[in-house]
Amino acid sequence: MSITGTEIKLEQKYTSLFNDSKTSLDKVVSENVSSQRDKAIQLFEEKGIPNKKVEHYKYTNMVPLFEESYNVDFEHEVFKKNLSEVFNCNVHDLEATTIYLINGWYYRKNQLPETLPEGVLIGSFAEFSKSHPELFEKHYNQYAKNDEDSLVALNTAFAQDGFFIYIPKGVVIEKPIQIVNIMHSEQDLMAFPRNLVVIEENAQAKILLCEHTLSENKFLLNGVTEAYVDKNAVFDIYNIQNQHNLTTNVSSVFVKQKQHSSALTHNLTLHTGVTRNNIYIDMDDEHCESHVYGLFISDKNQHVDNFSFIDHAKPNCYSEELFKGVLDDAATAAFAGKIMVRPDAQKTNAFQRNDNLLLTENAKINTKPMLEIYADDVKCSHGATVGQLDEKAMFYLRSRGISKEESRILLMYAFAYEAVEKIRVPALREQIRDLVEHVFRGELNKCHSCALCGQESNGGYSCM
Amino acid sequence: MAEDQDKILEEVTGNEYKYGFTTDIETETIPKGLNEDVVRLISKKKNEPEWMLEFRLKAFRHWQGMKSPDWAKLNIPEIDFQDIIYYAAPKQKPKLDSMDEVDPELKATFDKLGIPLEEQKVLSGVAVDAVMDSVSVKTTFKETLAEKGIIFCSFSEAVHEYPDLIKKYMGSVVPYTDNYFAALNCAVFSDGSFVYIPKGVRCPIELSTYFRINAVNTGQFERTLIVADDDSYVSYLEGCTAPQRDENQLHAAIVEIVAMERAEVKYSTVQNWYPGDKNGVGGIYNFVTKRGLCKGDYSKIMWTQVETGSAITWKYPSCILMGDHSAGEFYSVAVTNNHQQADTGTKMIHIGKHTRSLIVSKGVSAGKSQNSYRGLVRVNKKAENARNFSQCDSLLMGDKCGAHTFPYLEINNNTAVVEHEATTSKIGDDQIFYCNTRGLSTEDAVGLIVNGYVKEVINQLPMEFAVEAQKLLQISLEGSVG
Repeated sequence: MSITGTEIKLEQKYTSLFNDSKTSLDKVVSENVSSQRDKAIQLFEEKGIPNKKVEHYKYTNMVPLFEESYNVDFEHEVFKKNLSEVFNCNVHDLEATTIYLINGWYYRKNQLPETLPEGVLIGSFAEFSKSHPELFEKHYNQYAKNDEDSLVALNTAFAQDGFFIYIPKGVVIEKPIQIVNIMHSEQDLMAFPRNLVVIEENAQAKILLCEHTLSENKFLLNGVTEAYVDKNAVFDIYNIQNQHNLTTNVSSVFVKQKQHSSALTHNLTLHTGVTRNNIYIDMDDEHCESHVYGLFISDKNQHVDNFSFIDHAKPNCYSEELFKGVLDDAATAAFAGKIMVRPDAQKTNAFQRNDNLLLTENAKINTKPMLEIYADDVKCSHGATVGQLDEKAMFYLRSRGISKEESRILLMYAFAYEAVEKIRVPALREQIRDLVEHVFRGELNKCHSCALCGQESNGGYSCM
Repeated sequence: MAEDQDKILEEVTGNEYKYGFTTDIETETIPKGLNEDVVRLISKKKNEPEWMLEFRLKAFRHWQGMKSPDWAKLNIPEIDFQDIIYYAAPKQKPKLDSMDEVDPELKATFDKLGIPLEEQKVLSGVAVDAVMDSVSVKTTFKETLAEKGIIFCSFSEAVHEYPDLIKKYMGSVVPYTDNYFAALNCAVFSDGSFVYIPKGVRCPIELSTYFRINAVNTGQFERTLIVADDDSYVSYLEGCTAPQRDENQLHAAIVEIVAMERAEVKYSTVQNWYPGDKNGVGGIYNFVTKRGLCKGDYSKIMWTQVETGSAITWKYPSCILMGDHSAGEFYSVAVTNNHQQADTGTKMIHIGKHTRSLIVSKGVSAGKSQNSYRGLVRVNKKAENARNFSQCDSLLMGDKCGAHTFPYLEINNNTAVVEHEATTSKIGDDQIFYCNTRGLSTEDAVGLIVNGYVKEVINQLPMEFAVEAQKLLQISLEGSVG
């Protein structure tokens, strides 16, 4: 099935695609998942693809990106190549439980370690929706805000597969669970991965989500991850986005937190075409703690837009937000962070910061840190800065005999360091530190150029 | 403690609006409603030249195609523009030569407000243009100013006397297409003030306009135009009050400032329109477009505002920093109580090289009010070495009010250094306790803390206004323990 650009209204392209493919959409998932589609597509139709007039998308116009024609895989395609030949992950050295998604679909040859504690479920969203309907009924589509963002509604309408993780009461998974989503196709492709994570009381899990593109086609990802973090649970999600310039990645994460829980989201955008990250944190109980972090390093004509909404619905919660951006060449970026303190959410502590480094005269940043506060006994602050590398620091380094280029890299690295240090998994932190340094040294781009120039991906293709 | 707090809050909200009287002056009004004929009628009443009428009609036609803005965090009840009287003027003799000829009732009104209308109040050192129901009633000190070549007169007078200047500068900073309320103002504005400071002149006294809405059912639409030529300086004050009424009245004004090379303009406002009663009935809707253009190199525009009145405030005094090395500053204290709503802030548009801007905004919300800061800092691509610092603090008193911050930072040049900081807090028990241990009563302590909190802004006000502003703050907030 394909979407081609014609004269008809853009939204209609998607609604008619939806109507045409409804049977294949419903085939793989449970009734519950299917039953949510109609309302979602209706919401999408009402709101349409967000353009600059939509306040939340003021600095990123989605219309031209969705106007392009893409294919959509409605069937679980068999991945013909040997995965290990195509893909080789550096972070793999990390002791992690690794599973793969291909174009948003759960890879069938995934092998899970036998040592996983009892009751832990890791696997395909589609399959578990059928085998564990009770969990899906309770949690699926309960946290995603379809009415807030039409692209989330679009995902709900087209949701078929992705990953599903369930950690039962009291189980602590020490090793990070690494999920690698690989976009690989012979055609331009659009995908709607849908993920669900449920962490029960006193349980803990850390997820590392890596997004890659392995063929030089245009890709559009519109993914949604919902996470439910129950009492005293701890949940981390690190999203590493490392995709080529023809990629549009819209990623929405919704976290629902219960009493005394702690959640952390970290979006590391290292390389993409257009990235839009939506992070919604709903602290629906007292004494929750949430950490929202991000680091984006962009060059060429890349565009990164981070949007976050932290909802302090109940008293005594704590939130900390930090986004750091480094913009080179003609890269543009936007940040919009909203902290909402609801009436009676007293004793709230909420801190938000966005710091940006502009390296060239063509780089651009729009930042919008917002506070909306309806309670009086709160401590909230936000800050935003835009600047350049410190000339004095530069001079100091150079006077010590360090070359200009090396000084620049050191200072950029020092700037990004603060965000990297927020990673709570020591082994992963180490890995990311190296990775960020590679990005600044321009060594990561090299591997992308080969993907771009169309060289056959083989064993020599190593990314990240 | 909670009881105390309630009691004190009650006391605060119980404070009466002391400017709520009406003056029994015969007023000349036109019928309610708005259409092209009304625009023509206003123009005719003011005996305006053809080009002025053309300007009004163009604006009116444009306004008809526009929609009321809904992006602000305000709950604006629908305004029936046909239910407003667009022209109300105190009946007066055609020409005023001396103070004796001013209607004694009118004079009494301004005396009551404490406005030095009379020439003998020379010592107060302020030249006043008093505007009642959108018509300028008397401008003082004209002769003294004329000696220096300074023009300070009502807007209608300027239209007749200095058409070239008006034609050149009117609408050059806020075009009639700018926004809904600006377009409306351009169509129906009745009067206002005009100031021209010639090259190299430092205006020796503070210039001031006093706005007073008096008549029932009227809207007030005035506009102010200040042109400061090369190397000049002027400090301009604006004060506003209105009678206490149960219905809402509309105030939609425009202020335009042009600063040429090395000129400096300081514009201070103490806005104290009737805010409505404690149940949110009545009050002024204050929709104002204020903008300054730093046209020449090294020019500077400073906005200082103390906003305590109005049921709804929608106001964003802005600076367009066009000249190289030009500077813009914005200091604001916005206090909301009861059911008041304020969405106010500034825009700093950096166009020239080496431009600087500073924003200091202090919000205080109490009662059931909503207080938002909304500001934009834009650094254009060619604006090298732009520097901005913004500080937006909010103080909350009571748990039913809201304080919001919506800063927009759009940076298109890598040499820019832009910083934004905001905090929200309440008066801490520890702060009060500290003051108590030093022998200060809780009321005094709160007064002290609030005054300290807004000091940065109050310090920017000229002497006369600083005193008034401090009093105003005391009236509305002293004693409200957070």
